[in-house]
Amino acid sequence: MATETDSSSEEGVDWRSDASAEEMTRRERYGEFYRRMVREPAIIAWSDLRTRVGIIILSVYLLMAALDVFGLWRNPSPNQAPRLLPPFQNWAFPLGTTQSGVDLFALIVDSTPFILLMVLAGGVWATTLAVMVGTVSGYKGGSVDTAITSVSDFFMAIPGLPLVIVLAITFSPENPILLGVILTINYWAGLGRSIRSQVLSIREESYVEASRTMGSSTFRIIVKDVLPNIMPYVMVNFVFAARYTIFASVGLYFIGVLPYTGQNWGVTLNNAYNQGGLFTMQALHWLLVPIVAIVGLALGLILVSQGMDRIFNPRVRTRLSGESESIEGEDDTTAPPGGMV
Amino acid sequence: MNYYLRRTARIPLTVLAVATLSFGLIRLLPGGPFTQLRLQLIRQGVPVEQVNARIEALQNIRPDAPLWQQYLDYLIGVVQLDFGQSISLNQPVAEVVARALPWTVFLVVTSTLLMFAGGVIIGAVQAYWEGSTFDKLASSGSILVMAVPYFIFAVIFLFFLAFQLQLFPTGNAAARDIEAGISLDYFASVIHHAILPIAAFTIGGIGSTALSMRGNGIQVLGQEYVEVARLRGLGDGRIATRYVAQNAILPMYTGLLLLIGFRLGGTVVLEQIFSYPGLGYYLIAAVNANDYPLMMGCFLVITVTLVVAVTIADLTYSFIDPRISTGDADGY
Repeated sequence: MATETDSSSEEGVDWRSDASAEEMTRRERYGEFYRRMVREPAIIAWSDLRTRVGIIILSVYLLMAALDVFGLWRNPSPNQAPRLLPPFQNWAFPLGTTQSGVDLFALIVDSTPFILLMVLAGGVWATTLAVMVGTVSGYKGGSVDTAITSVSDFFMAIPGLPLVIVLAITFSPENPILLGVILTINYWAGLGRSIRSQVLSIREESYVEASRTMGSSTFRIIVKDVLPNIMPYVMVNFVFAARYTIFASVGLYFIGVLPYTGQNWGVTLNNAYNQGGLFTMQALHWLLVPIVAIVGLALGLILVSQGMDRIFNPRVRTRLSGESESIEGEDDTTAPPGGMV
Repeated sequence: MNYYLRRTARIPLTVLAVATLSFGLIRLLPGGPFTQLRLQLIRQGVPVEQVNARIEALQNIRPDAPLWQQYLDYLIGVVQLDFGQSISLNQPVAEVVARALPWTVFLVVTSTLLMFAGGVIIGAVQAYWEGSTFDKLASSGSILVMAVPYFIFAVIFLFFLAFQLQLFPTGNAAARDIEAGISLDYFASVIHHAILPIAAFTIGGIGSTALSMRGNGIQVLGQEYVEVARLRGLGDGRIATRYVAQNAILPMYTGLLLLIGFRLGGTVVLEQIFSYPGLGYYLIAAVNANDYPLMMGCFLVITVTLVVAVTIADLTYSFIDPRISTGDADGY
């Protein structure tokens, strides 16, 4: 191994001239990959106002998470500021303070990484499981389908939140990832069911039948022929699962049935609600700040999902690449012609 | 076999599975079901046999019996509607649950119907005048409303309408001084108490229903059969209801089946905020009081309610989609 790396670094010129053709195609392939998977979706996403606003909102949350991870803002602690300071008065405490003199902005920032991690875990868990269950049972059919459908029927019959409450008492999850998974513990069932019904119609398409006659494996057909078709639906539902995770967690923290160590948005809301935030106008900001944090994150996610359809819609994408080739000279801004590749 | 019969026959099976799960969860609960109470009683000098007898009375479980015996006892108890005795309220769980269930059903059914009707109407108008100012405004409004969880609406309503302006009561299902019964006063009071919870539970749902109705409506309006119907000279009313509305609502109806579960579960938070004495309220009260029999009783009954609701929705589905009852039950 050592000699090989040595020789390759020394005889770099030889190596490159030797394999230049192959290198070009590889670079081309990467370029193509970049263009198809990163650049085009980004352009389409940015061209949609809703997605653009959504991306900006989500970036703000990532920034807040970064503030906390790198310790750029103070940690929340009681009596670090005057009590019930209104927002936008003192720029040392931009969002005001709580009744016990805790900086509200610090409270919100402090729990942002936790919430984001939990939301991601919940969304990924729910959608991944649903896609696996839905595609396999929809495509395979027969006894596999019957077995999977019966199991998911059972999970669909359990209302989410009460089950989560009982599970939360049993496991007292404080890890954000575990919590995200528990919150969406039976979310996959319903989603898997609707993915299954989409797969049912896709498997009758002629191109799937063509793959089948060519002897492609089930796995390959599902990944290559079925998945791309349901991707927009899956991504939109990923966002809905993520939204459900935020709402469920905040709701359960709010009524005080989830265990917690530090304060987070739901706990702050609960404190504001129970310690008099409901009765006086002076404490209204204490109630509103966590609300805005929750609603903002959900809004960002929904806005991004609204434009998701366009990213995955092959017609929109064909139009984009068509433009970049035919109207090269006229429009440089949408997509610079082939030069990238 | 008949589709309706087959579908209804599945209910007991699902309930059995859920009861088993609930039995398993009771075992899983930290420290077993009654360790704390048992320790407390033994510390007070109550003889062990008496302690066991009391715990047996509380939950329909004999703590010293083998597991399969406990399981059978539990199932028999459930069939006889015996969910044990609530520790915190000192009443049979079945009684508490029977009192709470109608309120929860009332909340969920009313708000879900309102949500569906409102969303379908708004979405249909949007689809018909696609691109109009109303369409754009309603779409933005829907997205905004979808981003706000129902419990936040609840808190905001409580803050402004109940506490600050005192237009609505802050808790309970009916005024205490009015006797329950079939009287106008009582109904007025019930509705007065239910307006805020129902409104909070409906608004967010209207947004997403309107958005999907709009999408479906636009898609259906572009179908060839709608064009053909127009060319055949059918009346606008007939096209709007039989051709467009029915086909646009159909895919949303299956979504409704899933929605019922989420909404029934959501009442836990909603009823807690409004101190509305439904199943969710008692579930949380039981959680906070470590009242395991009441907790699992509420859990089981909420689940059974969901099973029944989904079955009813499933059966009515065949009325609007003729494919179902003719055997193609896989269609959705």
